[in-house]
Amino acid sequence: RALCPSPPAAPALLRSLRPAASVGVLHVARQIHTSQQHLAPVPPLPEKGGEVRHGLIPEEFFQFLYPKTGVTGPYMLGTGLLLYFLSKEIYVVNHETVAAACILSVIIYGIKKYGADVAAFADKLNEEKIAKALAIKNDAIRDLETAIEQEKKEQWRVEGRSYLFDAKRNNIAMLLEANYRERLLTVYNEVKKRLDYQVAMQNLKQQKEQDHMIQWVEKNVVQSITPQQQKDSIAKCISDLKALSKSAQVAV
Amino acid sequence: MAPVPVPLKDMKLLDVKLGQLPTWLAMRDFTPGGIGGALRRGYERYYNKYINVRKGGLGGISMVLAGYVVISYMWSYSHLKHDRRRKYH
Repeated sequence: RALCPSPPAAPALLRSLRPAASVGVLHVARQIHTSQQHLAPVPPLPEKGGEVRHGLIPEEFFQFLYPKTGVTGPYMLGTGLLLYFLSKEIYVVNHETVAAACILSVIIYGIKKYGADVAAFADKLNEEKIAKALAIKNDAIRDLETAIEQEKKEQWRVEGRSYLFDAKRNNIAMLLEANYRERLLTVYNEVKKRLDYQVAMQNLKQQKEQDHMIQWVEKNVVQSITPQQQKDSIAKCISDLKALSKSAQVAV
Repeated sequence: MAPVPVPLKDMKLLDVKLGQLPTWLAMRDFTPGGIGGALRRGYERYYNKYINVRKGGLGGISMVLAGYVVISYMWSYSHLKHDRRRKYH
């Protein structure tokens, strides 16, 4: 007994279609990631900036002059330039020089005294910023990892598909079977009722015929008993009884 | 460090020899876009070397301020000439 057949034509038709032509085109027309440069991950910040001596002159200048003049070269150059500017009055000494000297001395005193503390404070602020960003990054990574775990679990669950469908198929088969049997029972009952009816009809007919015949026979017999026959039969019965009583008395 | 053979117009200024300087200068890009690009590159070099670091020091801004002082002195020299100690200006 076959289950109701599903139309096999549709999925076979879909499978026979060829895949879209654009899939092959993508590989040929565009080269992706050919150069070494990537935007991510961003390289980390360098720890310290370029070296600066006395806060004003980059270290490269001293290194540039070192092979020819040794360690004191740049200082000699600086002193010479300073004296040249002063003597030729390219640098003019006036009231602004005094002001500059006062301001510079105050600035240098402030830096020497509070420089380390300010630097530590700034470093602390930077550390907090970096720690916050790092925390966000770690949280994002953790969330993505849990998402990956759950996705893998879902993929594992998909493998149970076949069991689910088998159970469903079994359910449907049972329903169909039960339905078929119900209908079979109904058919049987109906047929039996009709046959019983026929049997009952025949019995009834037979009984009616019998009754009718018996009645008719009785009626005719009663009619046929004439009074003369009645007297004769009663006299016969009496003589039989006398004979029987005599034989019974003899037997006792 | 053997010098890598690079076409002249791509060489950095510090690698250009003195005799090649006029040709090098002529080959540079003097359009507004080119000048803007050169300024931006210079700014980014300075920024990434001295300021955009984890433990930046004082030298980053102090060099900028010292350059500002020097340039403003140069621009106001014509005023300061009158403060020189000489009889006839």
